[in-house]
Amino acid sequence: MTTTFLVVSSLVKVLAILLITVGGFAPVLIWAERRQSAMIQDRLGPSRAAIVLPASAVSFIDRARLPLWRLAALTGIVAIVALVTLTFVAVKGSNPLPISTSSLTASLIAFGVASVVLRAGYGVHTMIVRNGGKIMLIGLLHPVADALKFIFKEDFVPPKADKLLFSAGPIIALIPAIAAFAVIPFASSLHWDYLNQVLPRTGELAGPVVPLQVASINVGILFIFAIASTGIIGAAISGYASDNKYSLLGGIRAASQMVSYEVVLGLTLVPAFMVYASLRLEDMTMWQHDHVWGIFVPPLTLAAVTFFVAAVAETKRVPFDLPEGESELVGGYLTEYSGMKFGMFFMGEFVEVVSLAALASVIFLGGWDVPFLYRSGFEFSLPFVAASYSVPVVHWLVVVIQFVVFLLKIIVLIWFQLMIRWSLPRFRYDQLMSLCWKGLLPISLLNILVVGAFILSGWLDGWVAFFEKLF
Amino acid sequence: MAVEVKVIKKPGRTVAEQVYLPEIAKGLGFAMGRFFKNTFGPQAKKDIDTVKYPEEKVEYPERFRGIHRLTQRTDGSPRCVACLCCSTACPAQCIYIEPAEYEPDDPRYGYERYPSVFMIDELRCIFCGYCVEACPCDAIRMDTGMHMPPSTSREHFLYDKETLLSIPGRDGSYLTANPRHEPGDETHPGIDRERGH
Ligand code: SF4
Ligand code: SF4
Repeated sequence: MTTTFLVVSSLVKVLAILLITVGGFAPVLIWAERRQSAMIQDRLGPSRAAIVLPASAVSFIDRARLPLWRLAALTGIVAIVALVTLTFVAVKGSNPLPISTSSLTASLIAFGVASVVLRAGYGVHTMIVRNGGKIMLIGLLHPVADALKFIFKEDFVPPKADKLLFSAGPIIALIPAIAAFAVIPFASSLHWDYLNQVLPRTGELAGPVVPLQVASINVGILFIFAIASTGIIGAAISGYASDNKYSLLGGIRAASQMVSYEVVLGLTLVPAFMVYASLRLEDMTMWQHDHVWGIFVPPLTLAAVTFFVAAVAETKRVPFDLPEGESELVGGYLTEYSGMKFGMFFMGEFVEVVSLAALASVIFLGGWDVPFLYRSGFEFSLPFVAASYSVPVVHWLVVVIQFVVFLLKIIVLIWFQLMIRWSLPRFRYDQLMSLCWKGLLPISLLNILVVGAFILSGWLDGWVAFFEKLF
Repeated sequence: MAVEVKVIKKPGRTVAEQVYLPEIAKGLGFAMGRFFKNTFGPQAKKDIDTVKYPEEKVEYPERFRGIHRLTQRTDGSPRCVACLCCSTACPAQCIYIEPAEYEPDDPRYGYERYPSVFMIDELRCIFCGYCVEACPCDAIRMDTGMHMPPSTSREHFLYDKETLLSIPGRDGSYLTANPRHEPGDETHPGIDRERGH
């Protein structure tokens, strides 16, 4: 593998991750969070931000509707005719027509796609006209409006604040949240030379391999812990540098909360290391791919729950949003921040939500693993019967499916976090601390013992074997 | 006689409530139910109360006091006889009326007057409806079902006679429900200038 290939592929991966987290998930989350809370409370939520089109454009769009519909119908009819002819040819086994089968297939695909696109265009046009020339996109423009507002707002720095640390705070809070993605595997590795082939289910392959993960490092999960603890510094520093007592108190609260939960977070994952026998996230996913998802191994189920609670507390969001509190601390360490600096804290919080979801799905929900999907494609084998059924899938499609499923797992976990955020009442600070030190910590310590016994007694192997027999 | 004491037990918490987790699960479940119902449920089952205001509007209740209107007679002239009852009753003192006499050849001359200027400052009005109550001849009404259209200038809220006459009621009518029996009409009670009082 040449150096250029390595550099280019790494850059592409970094860019893709930035695009997915900062460019994709974070803005959509800003919208999704409000929208979801609205749906729980029988409201509509943010749905009104709009791009208003000038009247001339609207009348043009209105006039273009009918031709669009007609074209869609026409292309649709051609596609259906092509489909019918193709079926006819397939049934007959030979092609007596003057048109070749391949051009029939090509026209079926071309006209079918054109028809669908035109029909969708007609729908969009109708929607715009019905909304009186406003493009609303179910409220997805609200994050754009928010970003514009953040950028043009005054960037206020308190006169006696520590200017350097005040500006560094949001950066220190945002960067670690993104950096955590460096070690998360997004799909199984890509065999560059075999993109269009169906790979064998197992075995080594020659040629360049691109692991779909920015950095494959030995310490793996420890890197995430190290990076996540840097986030504490961001909160503490910005509280200290704001020259505001509320900010300072909020920063201290944030720091003590995060330090406490950091401990639990580490301990809840120890059982996972023990079972997977590795610190590398890609190895963990591989183990789950080969055997069974972590959440279905009994002691790890408990670990998953405790991990999730500790991680939600680590993101400092409701019900654990003690660093902020209008009645006690105003905005906590965010009090003095405005404009894009506040936006960066906000963004950091949402990226943390995403990275927590990604981490939880890699460690406990199998990461990119799709049930029954192997490197060679789908292979179903029925339990206790020797029957099996397989659908070969080309390599690039396998990787794409794994990636999409991984994103879906992330989305489900994010949805669950938002659900928690809007349903549960907030803790008191002492309750928060006693939950951590008197509740989660002993449980996770005990769980380590239980997992140790589980592995030493051989029950783990038995359980895994049982699962493998099942599927 | 001994005093009877009835001890009422303090409502405690059940074990499930004390354990906290089942209650949390219940709450989450409830919120999820609402979320799914309102997001993915069939349109008819959705429970969303939001009104997309400028596009959809909620009809005001029947007795809503909207902006005023002046009712008309069948010939289109204002029903108002410029008695000044309404401007007297108005607690906000926002009605300004200049009464005037009909022309001497008009059959109404000498019986009643008409407002040459009738002005309501809708910004100062508190929409109490006293003017409507006070009017002896159903000349002023607040049954338009409209709130004041917003504007950027205070002058736009001074509604003059022509404006007030041009606003229909919610049923679309401009006419008064208390028609004047004009002298010479069949329905006229009988006292007119010719026959003497
Ligand atoms: S509604 Fe009340 S305040 Fe308004 S004009 Fe009539 S009497 Fe005056
Ligand atoms: S509107 Fe009615 S109360 Fe007011 S001056 Fe005219 S007749 Fe009199």
